[in-house]
Parts: sequence; structure tokens; C-alpha cells
Amino acid sequence: MSGVTSINLVENALLVSIQDDVTDTEIVALQETLSNRIAKERVKGVILDISSLEIVDTFVGRVIAQLAGISRLLAAETYVVGMRPAVAVTLVELGMYLPDIRTALSLTHALSQLRRA
Amino acid sequence: MPQTATANILSILETDFSGVVEEWLGTQVKEGVKRSDLFSDSESRAQNQELLKAFVKGIRVGVVNEEFSLEDDAWEDLRAVLSDVSKERVGRGVTPTEMATFVLALKAPLFKRLEAMPGVEGGKLVREVLMVTRLVDAFAIYTNEIFIGERDQIIERQRQEMLELSTPVVELWDRVLTLPLIGTLDSVRAQEVMENLLQTILERQAEVVIMDITGVGTVDTQVAQHLLRAAAAVRLMGAECIISGISPMIAQTMVQLGIDVGTVSTRSSIRAALSDALQKVGYVIKTTEAS
Amino acid sequence: MPDPEGTSGRAAIAEITLATSRDVVAARQAVARILKERGLSVMRITRFVTAVSEIARNAIVHGGGGQISIYLDTRKEYLRVECRDEGPGIEDVTLAMTEGYTTAGGLGRGLGGAKRLSHGFEVRSAPGKGTTVSMSVKL
Repeated sequence: MSGVTSINLVENALLVSIQDDVTDTEIVALQETLSNRIAKERVKGVILDISSLEIVDTFVGRVIAQLAGISRLLAAETYVVGMRPAVAVTLVELGMYLPDIRTALSLTHALSQLRRA
Repeated sequence: MPQTATANILSILETDFSGVVEEWLGTQVKEGVKRSDLFSDSESRAQNQELLKAFVKGIRVGVVNEEFSLEDDAWEDLRAVLSDVSKERVGRGVTPTEMATFVLALKAPLFKRLEAMPGVEGGKLVREVLMVTRLVDAFAIYTNEIFIGERDQIIERQRQEMLELSTPVVELWDRVLTLPLIGTLDSVRAQEVMENLLQTILERQAEVVIMDITGVGTVDTQVAQHLLRAAAAVRLMGAECIISGISPMIAQTMVQLGIDVGTVSTRSSIRAALSDALQKVGYVIKTTEAS
Repeated sequence: MPDPEGTSGRAAIAEITLATSRDVVAARQAVARILKERGLSVMRITRFVTAVSEIARNAIVHGGGGQISIYLDTRKEYLRVECRDEGPGIEDVTLAMTEGYTTAGGLGRGLGGAKRLSHGFEVRSAPGKGTTVSMSVKL
């Protein structure tokens, strides 16, 4: 079963829903796929929906941070949406504040922020 | 045929059950652990009877070759009765020491009756006394553990209730939450406050959180760390945080301690924070025309 | 750290071989399922399972593969996870526990973070002797 189910183009942004059983390998592959698509489709934003993720550890956190960096270099902003409360608390306790990533409560919020940008 | 110590003890309990119950009550009174202020005579007697009945049952089936373990199935009844009695007693304010002494008081009536038992030679009496001691001691120790467990649960529940009362998350306006922090912020409390706050953000889809520290006594490095962690977690979920109630003195302390709030907004008053928050969620505050 | 003798001699309630990245997911899900059955809160499950995830990944990335065993303490008060690998081992365990602690940067093995998220946490390792991490959570 694939961990990453969908990448959709919504209003000039790539919306990615990450599934809970995503493996390290899959998420690194995702990073690459996304980087290529950002460049190819010249999108303005990447929205990572992690509402299905019950666990986000330092590896996944780092991959997300790297993706944000890559996107920015390709003139797109990355938004993380749907982080669960327990995940937020745990990341903070691990010292992962992810300061260079934008966050939003939901897809709607992220899109509205993108529109304003 | 020589009887085992256990058999002798059992025969005492079976032939003079009510006598033992009464004397047990008597010893409890003498040791000051009956707590007539909390339990009526009939309640106390009923508890003792139930306990002794279960104790006897356990001895009858649960002692093999003079060995026993209260964890075994044979002692299930005793454990069940003990749990009920402990809950009752803890609920009314009995202390663990009182409870343990309450149980240990059973030794006195048993020793007395052993001494008076016909046909038990002097030397053998030691065996019986030892057995009674082992049984009642095990009983008392087990009681203590259950008792403390019950008490811990009550304390924990009370603590939770108190916590909820003292740190409510209030929805001040549509999509604006406020968290008035009062008193001290230790690690445990900070953690629970944070969990509650984040859960509320999710449920209410709040976009702005005002953490007000006007009621917090001192802001030292630890408190600041808790605050900034909470603010970071709020941001990770997609909401914005404003820390309000930063007095000039707190501001000075924070600078002196080298605390860097980073990108978190700070305001000196709730009023200012609220004004900011409302604007962020799309409201404009206007005065009505004066006539 | 609860007395290991309490669980020694007892069979593990689950064993997971760690070879691919899919196994890290399996380990997470196994521990999460057991803790959920025991009624732990979402917050406490998330914290401990995140720690297990870090350690399981270490076994694969740094240890060349490993094995996870899950034990229940005799009095059923703790869940213990033991992760063993036969890799090169850690030279300075104390250092490994502290490095990368505040940054979670990725240079360290994330041991410090995993320790913070666990109740009991013990690392036994030496160069050339592999690594065993024993971590526990209160039920």
C-alpha cells in the first residue's frame, strides 16, 4: 500500500496528502517528485496535508524542512496543514520548531494565504 | 494426627467466627483506627465480617503446604472485598497507616485464641503464631498497596479538576482563543495546559491564541521556555500566538536572561492583543456615532 | 527503569525484524496498537511511539538492520521495547545522548530526544559490539 496517495494541482499549488503508513523511502521519493513538479509546473505553492500522520519524527521533520527549502529556491512556498496536537507537542519537545515552514489550520486557510501572497 | 498450623488457625476462625470479628473490632478501637466518626458500628462490623469471611475462604483453599500468595486465584474474593472496603475507607478520609493497623489488629484475637487452644503444645504454638503473622502481614501489605493506589487515583482526579478550573481556554471571539495563565507554571502543568490548548485550537479551528501572563508571578527561564514551546506548538498547528501581559519588569527580566521570543508577537495588555487578534481574523473595530 | 528481571524469562509479546524502511512503520504501528489496547492517551502514545520510530530507524540506518522485542512488565505497569542491532556500535554513548539534542539537526542519532519521550531509557553499546536500546513507557 502506497504511503503517498495523491498530488493534485489546486489553484496553482500542489496539494499533497501524506498517508500514515508512509515509509522513509517513500517520503524521500516524494521530495524528489515534488521538486520536479514544482519546477515543471511553475506552481506558487506546495501544501502538505499531514492530518493523517499520527507520528512525525525527526526524519520526516527534516525531509519536510528540506522540501520547504527546495521549494523556496524554486519560488514556491510550502505549507504544512493539519498537524495533530500530539504531533505538534512531540516535535516541539524534540526541539523541531520548523521555523522556515509556513503552517495553516487547513487547506482552505493555506489557499487563502497563498492568494494573498 | 497432628494438625498443621494452618488447620489449627482455620479451626479457630471457623468455630468462633463472630467472636473473632468482635475482638478484631475491639482491637481496632483500642488502636484508634476504627474511625467511628466516619463509619457507623454496623458499617464497621459488616466490613470486618466480609473481610474475615474472604480471608477464611482464602486460607481454606489458598494455603498449600503452608505456602501461599495473595496474587493467586484462591484469594480472589479477599482481593475483591479489599478493593471495595478500601474504596469506601479512602473515600471517607482514612489514612494508609490507619488502614494497615486496622488489618494488623486481627493478630491479637487470633493469638489469644491460639494460646487458649487445647492440645496445642507449647513449642508448636510458635508455628501457629508464625503462620498467623505471615498471613495477616501479607494481608496488611496487600491492603496498603491497594489503598495507596485508590488514594492516588482520587488525588489525580482532583488535580485534573483543579487544573481545568484554573486554566480554562476561553473562546473570546470567533476564531480567537485566550488562555489566561495564573500562578506558577511547572512542567507537568505546562504540558497539560498545552495539550488542552492545542486540542481546543483543533476543535474550534481557532486562528489566533492570546496567552495572557498577567497573572503569572515570575517569568524565569523555565517559564519562558514553557511559553515559547507552547507558542511554537500553536504555530505548528497553523494558528498564531500573541503573548500578552508583558509588563516592563518582565520585559527587562527577559532581556537580562537572554530570552529571545523569536517571531512570537508580544503585547503588554490583553486589550492590545485582542485588537491585534480581531484584525488578524478580519474584523475592523469602529466606535458607533455619538449623537 | 523497571527491574529487567521482571521481564526476563518472559516471552516477548511481539517481535519485529528491522531490515527495510517499511519495518520502521510496522514497529510504530505494533507498539501503537498495544498501547491503544491498554488505554493510554493519544498524547502519551504519540510521544513514546515517536521515540520508538527514531530508535528503529537508527538500527537500520546505523546498525545495518536489527530486531525489536516488546515486553510487558510482570505487574503490567510498563511496556518495554528492546531494539538490538549488530552494527558498528556507538563509541561514546554519553556524547550520543547529548549531541543534536537541542537542534534535532540530524547529525546525532536522536537518542537524547528519544530518551525525553520515554519513561525509562538505557543504551548498551560499544564499538564493534552492536547496540541495544531498552526503552519503556508507563501504562
